[in-house]
Amino acid sequence: MSKINDRSREIGEYIAQPDDDLIICRCEEITKGEIRKAVYDGMFTITEIRRYLRTGMGLCQGQTCAKLVKGIVARELGVSPLSIEAAMSRAPMRPIEMKVLGNEIS
Amino acid sequence: MKNCADVIIVGSGVIGNAAAYYLAKRGASVIVLEKSDNIGDGGSSRNGGGVRQSGRDKRELPLAMFGIKNLWPTLSEELEMDVEYYQDGNLRLGKTAAHIQTLTGLTNNATDCGLDVSMISGDDARQICPYLSEEVTGASWCPTDGHANPLLTTLAYYRKARQLGVRFITGEEVVEIRKIKGKARQVLTPNNSYEGETIILAAGYDSRKIASTFGIDIPMTQALLEVLVTEAQPPMFYQMLGTAAADFYGHQSTHGSFVFGGSSGLEDVNKDNGTPTSTSLTASCICRGIMKYFPILEDIKIVRSWAGWMDVCVDHVPVLSFVEEVPGIILASAFSGHGFGISPAVGTLLSEMVIDGQPSLDLSALRYDRFKAKI
Repeated sequence: MSKINDRSREIGEYIAQPDDDLIICRCEEITKGEIRKAVYDGMFTITEIRRYLRTGMGLCQGQTCAKLVKGIVARELGVSPLSIEAAMSRAPMRPIEMKVLGNEIS
Repeated sequence: MKNCADVIIVGSGVIGNAAAYYLAKRGASVIVLEKSDNIGDGGSSRNGGGVRQSGRDKRELPLAMFGIKNLWPTLSEELEMDVEYYQDGNLRLGKTAAHIQTLTGLTNNATDCGLDVSMISGDDARQICPYLSEEVTGASWCPTDGHANPLLTTLAYYRKARQLGVRFITGEEVVEIRKIKGKARQVLTPNNSYEGETIILAAGYDSRKIASTFGIDIPMTQALLEVLVTEAQPPMFYQMLGTAAADFYGHQSTHGSFVFGGSSGLEDVNKDNGTPTSTSLTASCICRGIMKYFPILEDIKIVRSWAGWMDVCVDHVPVLSFVEEVPGIILASAFSGHGFGISPAVGTLLSEMVIDGQPSLDLSALRYDRFKAKI
């Protein structure tokens, strides 16, 4: 069984770090400490972290912070970042006004 | 690690997680098996967040009313996490005489069941939600309805259940449930085997395939739903919205973004490539729907769209039932797109079925053997 899949796996306790107030997801203003704490709350995948904290759900849709979040989660879990799946990319690629998106037929 | 527990739950959606939490709270040992690598990756994370009673089938309404009266108001406190529950009412909007007729029919059905819902004029609707366009000529209004955040609710139940010692295993697809001495007991995955005194099958559409391994069929199909999410806006309104024309539904979230669902009309024949995928037609179609009701929103930006599968039962209400032929099994599937709002009630009832041997509400209308041929 992969280490990520057993959600009762012992990962110790959350211990505060001096740079925990560093903002990682700029769009949604989520800090490193919040991401680290989420892992100890059982959020072991990027998809779960995103749904739990909103990292990567803002205007840039994670194009800025995805790699950083992955690194933080991997470090807390003691696994390689390569073993962590990226979150799903969602259309549209850039934010688009409702009246523009709604005007694709005419 | 032990692979035996009092209860094995198949599926870590909001139903499975809620059941796990209420069971653990009452002292049962629980293992939850999830096919996806992510907790709650099916309909639980892919729905509009409605916590509604209006528009619900008579057979399902008691569950919705029970949850809204007894569980939702204190859920954030109970789970020690904000699930963003708002009870600011539900407006179902109409623009034409035919719409008003549809809404009046639904309203009469609901009042017959003792629900506080009424028909109001377009102007009354604009009193409640001042951003509505003049095209709205009437609405049904249920002041006790609302919405919550399905992502957070699903994960809040997971988090709390995990803290209470529930074992969750993801990436673990159940392929068979096997009887031992006439009773369902063994749950098999490709590499492992688990055993439980009771097995709750709450795997959405996949429940059908799994139930067939112990000889039971749940007549359901899967339908795609699609949703778009806007950039954050200052708080405008917190009602849950729907329409008689079914051209969109949705609400504004705590975060400020609007979450709007809708359809293109082509859902029934969407291609299934194994993952729910947004189509190129639907988001645009939803935008056109919304702008008729809310012209004020035409300049706000869509940042994301997503899709999900609903497990739709042939008669559009869930199967929540023991199985006479297979003791040890409890079915909790085919929620038909209504599972989220009733999930706290369903989780509570499932825990009662396991621990007390029967639920405190009459669930006979949701039995697994209710399906009959037409002649």
